[in-house]
Amino acid sequence: MATQAEHSSTNRRDFLYVATGAVGAVGAAAVVWPLINQLNPDASTLALASIEFDVGAIPEGQSVTITWRGLPVFVRHRTAAEIEEARAVPLADLKDPQTDEERVKEGHEQWLVMIANCTHLGCIPVGESGDFDGWFCPCHGSHYDSAGRIRRGPAPANLVVPPYEFVSDTLIQIG
Amino acid sequence: MSEHSTYTPGNSVEKWLDDRLPVVRFAKEHLMDFPTPKNLNYWWTFGAILVMCLGIQIVTGIILAMHYTPNVAMAFDSVEHIRRDVNGGRIIQAVHAVGASMFFVALYIHMFRGLYYGSYKAPREIIWILGVLIFILTVATAFMGYILPWGQMSFWGATVISNIFSAIPVVGENIKQLVLGGFAVGNPTLNRFFSLHYLLPFVIAAIVGLHIWALHVPGNNNPIGVEVKESRDTVAFHPYYTMKDLFAMVVFMIPFAWFVFFAPDILGHPDNYIMANSQVTPAHIVPEWYLLPFYTILRAIDFNVLFIDSKLGGVIAMGGALVMLLILPWLDTSKVRSGTFRPMFKWFYWLFAINFVALTYLGAQPAEGIYTVLAKVCTAYYFIYFLVVLPVLSRIETPKPLPTSISESVLGKAHA
Repeated sequence: MATQAEHSSTNRRDFLYVATGAVGAVGAAAVVWPLINQLNPDASTLALASIEFDVGAIPEGQSVTITWRGLPVFVRHRTAAEIEEARAVPLADLKDPQTDEERVKEGHEQWLVMIANCTHLGCIPVGESGDFDGWFCPCHGSHYDSAGRIRRGPAPANLVVPPYEFVSDTLIQIG
Repeated sequence: MSEHSTYTPGNSVEKWLDDRLPVVRFAKEHLMDFPTPKNLNYWWTFGAILVMCLGIQIVTGIILAMHYTPNVAMAFDSVEHIRRDVNGGRIIQAVHAVGASMFFVALYIHMFRGLYYGSYKAPREIIWILGVLIFILTVATAFMGYILPWGQMSFWGATVISNIFSAIPVVGENIKQLVLGGFAVGNPTLNRFFSLHYLLPFVIAAIVGLHIWALHVPGNNNPIGVEVKESRDTVAFHPYYTMKDLFAMVVFMIPFAWFVFFAPDILGHPDNYIMANSQVTPAHIVPEWYLLPFYTILRAIDFNVLFIDSKLGGVIAMGGALVMLLILPWLDTSKVRSGTFRPMFKWFYWLFAINFVALTYLGAQPAEGIYTVLAKVCTAYYFIYFLVVLPVLSRIETPKPLPTSISESVLGKAHA
């Protein structure tokens, strides 16, 4: 009888083995996690997460590039023609469909704020160039239109609009 | 091959040591008397050349680390400091930078030798797979090393490559931030890459140890691919192959030295002598030449496949190119190892070699016009070679008759 019990199904010793192993695995994971987590962005990097910028000084038809969280950000004062051109594009023509209105703040349609890294592999596209009167990335040939939407080339998505809001008429807070 | 030990302790001290830690026995059996096929040609010297390359990189690298500062404000200047102020630094830095290129020259030759002579076939699959792991680790090490001078190509190369991680669905962006330690390449990135660039060569050295261990179980493959049958098929590793390897090393050092002394920067890129600037992308980003074939495969996928977008598709293709190498032993099931006796294989092999050079060339060209078409064709052949050509040839090809032994082939050649 005793031999049969030892051979059949689980007994107390099996339970202790599994329980000890499980506690050990959890302990090891708990030790390893901080060793990996230290690689994540640190407090000083995260502290740069929010900036303010006065867009008032940018004349119509010009752009500036500012830095937010170490990333370059385009702020463009668009002309009426550019806005019109962006709005005339049917959504069906877009690889990553988004209306022009969705990419700007209501009442501030002339301001286009976007992270300046190509959504393909992160190069900085060149402004006022490409086949769609927007941006052209020289690295792998992605064309963006005057709303920063991907139109042709290997990039999968539109240039990213960071979270931002207008604090006053000309002051924006990014992040 | 250690079944017949050739070592007898000479005196009581050796005997005492041999009973406790048999290092002398180990060295005698594996570094001196190891039975090695007597028909190995010069393509077989690249293993030893690679050990030398790894040694050169480790020694010069440790020295450079004594003078280098891994901080975004100082890294660029500290490399110039090494080149201008440190005693002999100009040469030591050049040996390290040129050494990376020469390392890959030897590595690619060593791999193509294995591909031609079927050195990946049973019972040497583990040797081959360990070799592919060494290749992947060497690529990672070289890539991180290229970040350290903190020039424009360092920065933008790191940006482009780290964006590969963001192609992974859902968690990609988080993984990218974990790798970079920030939202973009910056000081945390430089610091950790320096740390890992110092660590990985020692990991590589350990895997090289396993690679050679695995090699010393079945012994070397050889140009006719027929296994060693008797002791007269082999010669002792020392002095026959130690001397041959040394001679090859000396010859290899001639172009190496030419680059170091006369053109230390010719393999680099002028943009890397501009300090990294996160606000300006160089007009034309190219990785180091030894990464170009895989870079071309990454760029070749510029179209969506079903639900996989072009960016993820490119990453899958590039990873797939390495996976092909890992599973190669099971794709080529032909019993004949050496390409010399495979009349059809030979043609596809050389086409594969030319195709690989073409992939390298295309990676340095802008992604437009005819280049994008050619990149797709060459990428397609890379995969067709592994997934179609090798499995099919294994079934339909009639190999030429094999020599019965290494000795017969060597003597036959002498009489011919």
